[in-house]
Amino acid sequence: MEALAHLAAASLTGDETKKAYAALSSGFAYGLAAIGPGIGIGYLVGKSVEAMARQPEAAGMVRTTMFLGIAFTEALALIGFVVFILVGL
Amino acid sequence: MLAESFKFPLINSILRWKDLFSTFNKVAMIAVAASLIGIVVFLLAGSKDGSKAPKGVRNLAESTVEFIENGIVMQTMGKDGLGWTPFLLSLFVFIYLCNAPGIIPILQMPATARMAIPLFLALLVWVVYNGVGFKHQGVKYLTHTIWPPGVPTMLKPLVGLIEFVSNIIVRPFSLTVRLFANMLAGHILLVTFALLTQSLITAETKQFMLKPMAILPFFMLVFLTAFEVLVAFLQAYIFTILTAVYIGGAAHPEH
Repeated sequence: MEALAHLAAASLTGDETKKAYAALSSGFAYGLAAIGPGIGIGYLVGKSVEAMARQPEAAGMVRTTMFLGIAFTEALALIGFVVFILVGL
Repeated sequence: MLAESFKFPLINSILRWKDLFSTFNKVAMIAVAASLIGIVVFLLAGSKDGSKAPKGVRNLAESTVEFIENGIVMQTMGKDGLGWTPFLLSLFVFIYLCNAPGIIPILQMPATARMAIPLFLALLVWVVYNGVGFKHQGVKYLTHTIWPPGVPTMLKPLVGLIEFVSNIIVRPFSLTVRLFANMLAGHILLVTFALLTQSLITAETKQFMLKPMAILPFFMLVFLTAFEVLVAFLQAYIFTILTAVYIGGAAHPEH
């Protein structure tokens, strides 16, 4: 939040303010987008390992489903990353 | 100081090259090379005598086909889907060979880190799985996609809307973005750590500890390169397995 205070103190033109806020919010965009998928993938892989340890003969099926789940969960973080690229750079 | 001398290049300058000749740049060259290498390897393997024990190129080709059959088709579509092996195999080989140049020295650019190639592949997959749905189920495919069997009548408008958006619109979009963003993120990470290493080594400073510190981002660079080997394979695998799941789901709605 210090950055915001500095931003308010400095007298910036409209264009510069816009750029500064874009840089700030792109960081937030990716950071926030990474929280959910991080928890989700951790939970997903943990449960899959549990399942594989319980039933090693079903490991192939569990692994396939795990990768599918990871792919869907990860998509959210990646959309956040794309927003970060679009807004920030 | 370091912070002043270190400047990250514009995103365009790490993703673009001068055209080799007009309308043909390095990314296009990598894509063409990827398809040619795939075709040549499998043609060579096909011309070898199949009755002897496989070795060399044929060994490689056979293990790839076996991986697609056992690891992807049998896990998602079952025995009926084995006819899809050639399509999935060519998708997998092409995407992998497009991803791999991201870590090959001199090339150092995954062709899939540009939107065009993943987008085209995803649209191709979209056309294929919708075509398969219409072929296997006729016009009923439309109602089956947007209303899975067993939905109560009261919920049909809501479920229909959600399923339509997720099956028809979001699927190709997420296929594209998953592959594209993964490869782009990997590429940007490699660029970042390579630049950090370089700027620490060339920093003009009187603090003698600063230059040896370049070993830290360099180790990270080596580690990330190894990680990218995994990512290149994993993204090709995930793209292929999702294609198999979509085609399987369109052919047999009860799953």
